[in-house]
Amino acid sequence: MQQFETEILVIGGGSTGCGVARDAAMRGFHTLLIDKGDLSYGTTGRYHGLLHSGGRYVIKDSQSARECIAENRILRRISPDAIEDTSGFFVVTPADDPAYSDKFYRGCLDCGIPVAEITLREMLQREPRLNPAISRAFEVPDGAIDSFKAVSALVRSARQHGAEVWLYYRLVNLHLSQGSLQGATVENLRSGEKIYISCDFVINAAGAWCGQVAAMAKCPVTIAMGKGTMIAMNHRLVNTVINRCKLPDDGDILVPIRTVSVIGTTDYRVPDPDHYPIERWEIELLMKEGEHLVPGFKQSRALRAWAGVRPLYQTEPTLTDTRDITRSYVLLDHETRDGVRNFLTITSGKFTTYRLMAQVTVDKMCQKLKIERPCTTHLEALPDSEDHHYYHVSHRLGEFEAAAQDDALICECEFVTATKLETAIHRLRTTNLDDLRRSLRLAMGPCQGGFCIFRAAARTHESLGFDVSRTNQALVQFLEERWKGVHPILWGDQLKQARLDDWIYQNVFNVSALPQDEGSPSSAERANQSLAEWMPVEIS
Amino acid sequence: MEDIRFTLDHCVKCNICTSMCPVSRVTPLFPGPKYAGPQAQRLRYGPSTDRSVDFCSGCGICSQVCPHGVKIAEINAKARHTMYQECGIPLRNQIIARPDVLGRLASPAAPVINLAMRLPGVRRAMEAILHIHHAAPMPSFSFETFPAWFRNRRQQIPSLRNPSSNHGTTSGATTPDETVVYYHGCATHFYEPRIGKAAIKVLERNGYQVIVPEQGCCGLPLMSNGNFEAARQVVRFNVARLLPYARQGLPIVATSSSCSLMLKREVREILDMQDDDTALVSAHLYDICEFLLIRLAMGQLDIAFQPIPLRVPYHAPCQLRGHGFGKPALELLQLIPELETIEMSAACCGTAGTYGYKQEKYSIAMAVGEELFSAIHSTNPHLSACDSETCRWQIVHGTGLPSVHPIELLAAAYQ
Ligand SMILES: Cc1cc2nc3c(=O)[nH]c(=O)nc-3n(C[C@H](O)[C@H](O)[C@H](O)COP(=O)(O)OP(=O)(O)OC[C@H]3O[C@@H](n4cnc5c(N)ncnc54)[C@H](O)[C@@H]3O)c2cc1C
Ligand code: SF4
Ligand code: SF4
Repeated sequence: MQQFETEILVIGGGSTGCGVARDAAMRGFHTLLIDKGDLSYGTTGRYHGLLHSGGRYVIKDSQSARECIAENRILRRISPDAIEDTSGFFVVTPADDPAYSDKFYRGCLDCGIPVAEITLREMLQREPRLNPAISRAFEVPDGAIDSFKAVSALVRSARQHGAEVWLYYRLVNLHLSQGSLQGATVENLRSGEKIYISCDFVINAAGAWCGQVAAMAKCPVTIAMGKGTMIAMNHRLVNTVINRCKLPDDGDILVPIRTVSVIGTTDYRVPDPDHYPIERWEIELLMKEGEHLVPGFKQSRALRAWAGVRPLYQTEPTLTDTRDITRSYVLLDHETRDGVRNFLTITSGKFTTYRLMAQVTVDKMCQKLKIERPCTTHLEALPDSEDHHYYHVSHRLGEFEAAAQDDALICECEFVTATKLETAIHRLRTTNLDDLRRSLRLAMGPCQGGFCIFRAAARTHESLGFDVSRTNQALVQFLEERWKGVHPILWGDQLKQARLDDWIYQNVFNVSALPQDEGSPSSAERANQSLAEWMPVEIS
Repeated sequence: MEDIRFTLDHCVKCNICTSMCPVSRVTPLFPGPKYAGPQAQRLRYGPSTDRSVDFCSGCGICSQVCPHGVKIAEINAKARHTMYQECGIPLRNQIIARPDVLGRLASPAAPVINLAMRLPGVRRAMEAILHIHHAAPMPSFSFETFPAWFRNRRQQIPSLRNPSSNHGTTSGATTPDETVVYYHGCATHFYEPRIGKAAIKVLERNGYQVIVPEQGCCGLPLMSNGNFEAARQVVRFNVARLLPYARQGLPIVATSSSCSLMLKREVREILDMQDDDTALVSAHLYDICEFLLIRLAMGQLDIAFQPIPLRVPYHAPCQLRGHGFGKPALELLQLIPELETIEMSAACCGTAGTYGYKQEKYSIAMAVGEELFSAIHSTNPHLSACDSETCRWQIVHGTGLPSVHPIELLAAAYQ
């Protein structure tokens, strides 16, 4: 078995793990981060996109609220390239208890969250599609944060400080001896090869999977899994984050992020972080709640639905409503808890507070290693954020126009150019179209890959020279993954789109009969099965 | 009514619009309707970052052909407006967007000005200073304006006197059923009074009393040159003048298919004027051929036309097709014995209002129109017909042949 040596091993390439890796690397530790998938493969790539002001938590969880506003301010300084400064409203709709709004306002003041009540006239002027029956509106400094952009910048920064990042490497074992971890075995999922990593310290940032990781070190960690479903609407119905002014509940936030607006979420206990189908009631509920915010919401085009799982550390295993578990982060010192000296688990929390979570984790590690190295992650801007400009939805349009349009558009919906795609293919050296999607927003627009993904597949084939069956397989896998997200919202415009896409792939390309590696069931069979489970949702 | 931009949700990316856009076909400067409309619109918020949308001519073909009801041309018009709001409207656009002001200033000195405009140095200077292309088909000012002719005629024929309106009415029947209001627009007012005269002749021949109220430019040139606020002002002016007649239920007919589309629909869809008064005026507006065709269907059109032994190529302007009522002129002209009307299959003459006047767009407009020009030439190298003024001027320019409004042919057949 190959050997590798590092000081710190971080498990998990979500916001938490990447934050930890950057922090540790900046403090001069030799750090290796691994993920069994791509960056943001877990919850980080499936979240809602809200840079919290903290307003949501002022009543139920004021500690979370304070952490959010502090981190919100820091992230705006160090990571503006991933942030859109949308601002946020908390609105009282006719369906909400009006008494909550005064409490909310006082709560914001108590937690130090800048808040101002705005007139309904101003609200409607800025967001003309909001429900005119809204009775009060408060403005707070919410924002939208693109996790793919943010995490990729974190990793680039970590690498600049000497960290290594291995993607598609799964942790298969931790080696415990006399109360300390000696090393880990990881598997290269592309080649099947196993590597032994000897390390001084292990940080478990495996999100909803952190219980599985901790178990490898014989540390029992019970994680409740709260599944949250979201729906991306075809365009930005609003340009400001809109929250319902009430205690946190299902479907009460609408986030404009990049070219879409996302309604979410639900919160429903699931047993398995790898399998959690989207339920029909969730879709119906989200569409109905959206209507309270934007009249006509149900008639607007939905693009796709997806879900992520919240890893929520459970202190009382009997709790059933996952919303009552604290959203503040959890740092477990497995020395005091389980007698393992060089092992920490950092979990729960929010994307918004990843930097703080990383800071307290690395602080704790320094303390245990008796090394004094202060955290500097709040002082240094991330790559591409040095000029302190927020990201803006029209950036890509401007970029393409400035390039005098002499580049080809591969993904027309999301303005992904041939040059961008080629650069990413060579950087990632992958035929995996989903990785390219995450890094470029490829195929994330209205046609969900209908017109671009065959072009992109051809480009990967030509550029990397892998054999045809591998390219075909990548294409089919990608299509199946996208279909999963489209099935739950098949009605109206998106149903028409799906039909057209289906004609393109089934009838023009005959995709279910393309030569692929042996053994994979035909894609048509699988698509038909899942389609049968999904009759179009009744939207009245 | 919902903001027209939200129709972008219906786009399935089929590219039908792009395959039909006459502009993107001839120039790489415009990436096409799907790009500029439903695609770019998803990225438009805050500072405007796309400039290529300025090369959309606004012909409206894309919106007509989209099978899913995406209002592409309208989305583009709004995006252009946002762009101009940010980077300012060029002086050139401010000038060519005001044919009524130009007419008022120039008509009294028409012979001199028309002569001057023919001097190559003058047009070259205009191109250098204002970026109006020196070869663009600028119309000649008429010394006698249409309203002046209409007033004089009333004074000369005592039986036509009727004090109930600003510019006057013609006599004939007096019941509201048989009264129509004529919206002539700037082109007839200042440049081509002959079209108005033909319209009056045809309407009177059918027993209508014609009212010609005071009126201004319809606002379309202002709108398409990105000045929405000024466009709304002139629309409000017109609505105020036309409203009393609309309230009485009188039909308002227009000889320019672009003015009529503007007042019928675009004021709401593009300028977002959602008030009831504007809606009432819109509801009473007819393109003149549309109006006559309805009368024909009701058996109320005098069809005693004299033969015109001619073969006439007819171009239905994009704006007219945008009405969605078919091509009424074709059906009317068929009533004229011996007149053979040949419909041109080319989509667009290229000029799309004032687009073709612009220095940077003139050659695009000419390239777009090429197909039409040569088809006209091979059909009849003497004359063509078309319902919209700027299209006619472009056709005259592109073919070197005269072009008439269908109403002129109808009037000629009522000898
Ligand atoms: C529905 C939903 C909406 C949310 N919305 C917001 C929001 O709007 N704003 C906000 O601030 N927060 C939000 N959150 C919370 C936020 O998304 C999460 O707290 C955050 O992304 C968690 O990141 P993480 O890195 O801890 O976990 P993850 O992103 O899940 O990362 C864990 C990683 O570990 C990897 N891994 C697991 N096991 C192994 C193994 N054996 N070997 C190697 N790698 C392994 C996984 O592949 C995964 O990539 C939301 C959460 C959910 C569920
Ligand atoms: S309005 Fe005409 S020029 Fe503009 S995009 Fe549509 S078809 Fe093309
Ligand atoms: S024709 Fe309509 S649906 Fe087709 S691409 Fe154009 S806008 Fe989209």
